[in-house]
This record gives sequence, C-alpha cells and structure tokens, in this order.
Amino acid sequence: MSVVVAEQLVKTYVTGDIKVEAIRGVDFSIEPASFVSFIGPSGSGKTTLLNMIGCLDPPTAGQLQVVGQDITSLSRQDAARFRGEHIGFVFQDFNLIPVLTVFENVEYPLQMVQNWPKEKRKNRVMEMLDAVGMSDQAHKYPSQISGGQKQRVAVARALVTNAKLVLADEPTANLDKETANMVIDLMKQMRDEFKTTFIFSTHDPRIVDNVEITFALDDGTLHRREKSAGGDHV
Amino acid sequence: MFNIFKLAARNLFRYKRRTLLTSMLITLGVVSVLLFISVSGSFKALMVGQITDSMLGHIQIHKKGYLASIDSLPLNRNLTGKQIDKVVQILAAEDAVEAYSMRIKLGAMFSNFTETTNIRLNAVTPADEMKTAPLLADRILEGEKENLINPGEILIPELIAKGMKVKIDDGIVLVANNKDGSVNGQNFMVRGILEGISGPGGRDGMIHIDDAKALLRINATEVSEIAIRLKDIDQLPAVFASLQEKLGSMKNQQGMPVFEVHTWEKISPFFNIAKMIDLMTFFIKIMLVAIVLVSIMNVMIMAVYERINEIGTISAIGTLPNKIMGLFVVEGFLMGVLGTTVGTAISLISIAIMNATQISFDFGRQTGLLLSPTIGAADVILVVVIVIVIAVLASLQPAWKAAKMDPITALKHV
Repeated sequence: MSVVVAEQLVKTYVTGDIKVEAIRGVDFSIEPASFVSFIGPSGSGKTTLLNMIGCLDPPTAGQLQVVGQDITSLSRQDAARFRGEHIGFVFQDFNLIPVLTVFENVEYPLQMVQNWPKEKRKNRVMEMLDAVGMSDQAHKYPSQISGGQKQRVAVARALVTNAKLVLADEPTANLDKETANMVIDLMKQMRDEFKTTFIFSTHDPRIVDNVEITFALDDGTLHRREKSAGGDHV
Repeated sequence: MFNIFKLAARNLFRYKRRTLLTSMLITLGVVSVLLFISVSGSFKALMVGQITDSMLGHIQIHKKGYLASIDSLPLNRNLTGKQIDKVVQILAAEDAVEAYSMRIKLGAMFSNFTETTNIRLNAVTPADEMKTAPLLADRILEGEKENLINPGEILIPELIAKGMKVKIDDGIVLVANNKDGSVNGQNFMVRGILEGISGPGGRDGMIHIDDAKALLRINATEVSEIAIRLKDIDQLPAVFASLQEKLGSMKNQQGMPVFEVHTWEKISPFFNIAKMIDLMTFFIKIMLVAIVLVSIMNVMIMAVYERINEIGTISAIGTLPNKIMGLFVVEGFLMGVLGTTVGTAISLISIAIMNATQISFDFGRQTGLLLSPTIGAADVILVVVIVIVIAVLASLQPAWKAAKMDPITALKHV
C-alpha cells in the first residue's frame, strides 16, 4: 500500500481578487520506505505540496491519502493528532527547542504528543540518539552543539515516534558540504533501518543524487523521474 | 501536566531579566496591598477599639426617637423602669454580652462661682461603666482613676477645665432643668480632668448616676441610654440583629415601636472614615489587578511573539492546540505564583518588623497610639488568589493566539 496517494490535487491561494494556483491537479503516489524528493525553482509549489502531505495545509480540491487515511478534510485538532502519530518533520533551521536538552528535544513528541510512560520513553530516546550518534551529547542544549549535530537530533526527533513518513524541507540548506553529506547518509541509513519513507523538498543536488524518485515541480505541475541503474527516467 | 509546568518554568528562565522584573512588579503590588491592609486594618481596629472601649460601647439602646433629638439631650425620651427591666431581661439571655451600663445624659449650667458655661454630662454607675467602657479611666488626664467617680464628684472635660481655669478638688455648681422645666442646682467637687476624644460624647463630663437623679429630681428608675459591650466585636452583627428583632418588635399602646437599637457604627462619624479606609483598600486592590494584568499580558504577548517559530514547530510535530495554550497559561500562572510568594513573604516579614519596632502615631487629640499591624489569613489568601487568577486571565489572550496560530505561517516567521 502506498504511503502517499494524491489524485487531481489542487491548491489555490486567494488574496483579495487574485487567485494563485500553486498546485494544478497533480497525481502521484509514494511507496513505503522510499527516498523521494520534490524539486523545482522557488515558487514552483514544492513546499506547498510538502505542507499538504504533512497535514499542515489542506488541499483546495482533489484527494490526498497519507498512510491510508484521507486527510483532505481533517479538522485542525485531528490533523495535529495525525501528524503526531504518523509524520516526522525535519526543518531547514533544525527548529530544536532551545530550553530543552538534546535528550528532551527527542523526548518531546513521546512526552507531550504521545504520552509514553517514562521508562519506555527513556529507552526509546536513547535508542534513537544512539542511532544518530548523539547519545554522548544527550545532556547538552541545542546552543552547545553544531549545526550538523542539531540536524541529527532533529532526525532522531522525527523518527522517535516510529513515524511512517518523514518530511524534510531543505534539510541540508544550512549545512556545509561535508555535514550535509553526513546528514543525507544518516537519513538513508535510518530509512534502511526503520523502513521510514523520507520525502524532501530541496534544491540540493546532493540530495537529488541520493533519492530514488524525484518529482520535478514546474509552475504547479509535476513530472516524475525515477532513478534506475542506468540513470534517470522521465 | 507536570511536563507543561517544567517546560513553562524553563521558558520563564529563558528571559531571566524580564521574568525577574515582571515578578518584582507583582511582588511590589502584593507588598503594597498587604501592608496597606495590615496597617489600615490595625489603625481601624485601634480607632474602633478606642471609640467603643472608651466611650460608646458596641451597641446602644435608646427609647425610639432619642437619637434623632440627642443634640438637645431630651429628658422626656428616657427609658422607663418597666422598659429597662425588659431590656435587662433580654440582655441577660444574650451570651455574647459582656457588660452593659445605664446612662442618664443631661445638659447643665456649669459654674465655678465666677464664670458660667454649658456642659453636657453622662451620669453613670461607675462599676458598670468601667466594665462597658474599659478604656474610659485611661482618659482621666489628672485625678484618681480608681472607681471612676463617686457621688458628689465630677469629671470635667479638659476644654472646660482650661477655659474655666478649674483644677482638681475645686468646688463647682451644676444647675439643670428637669423634664418639667423646674431648675435645681447641686455642688460638686472636681475629681478629675477627662481627655476629649473625637466623636459624639467625646467632650462630655461625667457624674454619678445618683447625683443626676437628685439634680434632675428623678424619683423613678429612668435612663437615657443603655450601652452594651460584647465579648467579641466580631459578634456585633449577630447580636445587633438579635436585639433588633427582640426589641424592635415591641410596641407601645399606640402601636409605635418602643426601642431603638444602634451599633457604634451608626452613632460614630468614625465609621465613615472606616468605610473610606475600606474603599481605599478596594481601590488599591484594583490597582494591583491592573498592575498584574498589564505586566503579565505584556510579557506573555512578547513571549508569544518571540516564539512564533517555536510554536510552529511544536504545532507541526503534533502538539494539540489546547496543550500549546496550556503552556502559555501556565507560564503566566507561574509568574503570578512567583510574584505572590515573594510578595507575601516580604509583607509578613515587614509586618513582623513593624510590630517589633513599635511604630506610634497620633489621631486627633490622641497621641502616641501604638500601631500593631496584623493581617488575617483570609486577606492574604484573597490577595494571592486575586493575583494568580488575574495572572492566568492575562495569559489567556496571548495563549489563545499561540494555540490558534497557523503552523505554516508560524514556521515561516523569522
């Protein structure tokens, strides 16, 4: 079963008399444990698409199923619950909570969103910090670690709830080349280990080189490119 | 819930200086209110004690209409023997009554054989009067305080003593009209000089009740007023209501009420000052509410504005809107708790210091009154509850704004 299925998905923004069609009736599906990117120039609609998949922005028309659930008409409260249960987020600016330690940042979704019991929570957080190589930094605050380490923590936070889907919006934009490669490798490793689907919105060719499927967005329309042993297929 | 408190506390410590300044402002407000309540309450209690214990008593019973014409001290509105018996019977049944004193109030001509002036007099039974107004003897500035007064003696107000140049043991003459209009005179010896105090009767002289009866040629049992002292002034409303019910319902043959019952509050103008103190306390509480409301709301609006991106993040990763709202409300609550805790501690320490240093003050002609501020647990709890409730209310709007924030817009915020 596909993790994401979109049919004739439309997103239109209306400002006064002006209508902007950000997404114009796109169809696509994404299989479990895929490594997928949405690429395109600024304003092409890739972040809009990512926001819709992430239940942050409802589509104007069309059908959108995420982990088997139609999310087109979820209430604000239900959308928040759905995100907390099934979706992890990795942001360009890492978006860690500055007053919480590395451990507490990763613990946050289990504690404040899913209410896991303390001992189980602790084991799971340490497991994830081990997986991203940050267990020795658990007691530090975000201000005490590097950008690459912050993004590792953000990946751990996204995966800690056993999310089926991780949405990463320009996750390497604020990282140097070496660190970006490490983070991409880490996410790929996590995908392999936890069978989580990663969907990126990116400009970064390093990510595009590493994903199996790329959806190119151009003026609200979508073109799928699948990588095979022989190169990209359009 | 504990997690929300932990996160809220961490967020408050994120902006230490701002949290400290806001908490200090709340602390200052709490200290001002609690100190004002304790000092003004102490002043009020002291003045009420002075007025009731040295002059009025807590409750007075008169014949209906007496108080309205008290300026002329009417002798034809005295309580009769039968009426007095009725009152005594009722007072005997009231456990809250500690003592009562029968008084004849009269006006007379006061002469030192060279000059003459008017004088208002209270005629009392000394033993009863001292039980009913235990601080009365303290008002005797010169002369013997024990037994208050004996037949043939007079306590004269200090203004008359100065004006008429009368000293202790001087002989004077009182001339008075009885209720039939005939005139009678009697010699007295000055036993003491009585300090004048504010309020009705505060500048009256005093003679023995038997002398008043002789001077006014009263043969039957007859008094102008019955002053009552209660064991506990807090019982005043209950006892007043009880007496009002029992005595107020008694009618004469014409079907008119016989008695009138008044508390000291109705008789003394100081009650209006006491009411003003209460009003000032109320307005100071309003100011405290305004301080807390404005300062907490300001801080919480700033907190929400500065953490828009963070709100977007926690919202995106699935934090429910009510938890986001709870987080900000708890921050306001904790700031209120911090401010009130420190404020209450400072206030209680200050009150203890004031009591230890024995601050005195003057009121009217009374000097050196000792201020002993105290504050009841109910007042402290009320102020603490007001501050914390207002702190929570002030946080609601910013918290609501945070909870309703669109995560996409919030995440885009720089």
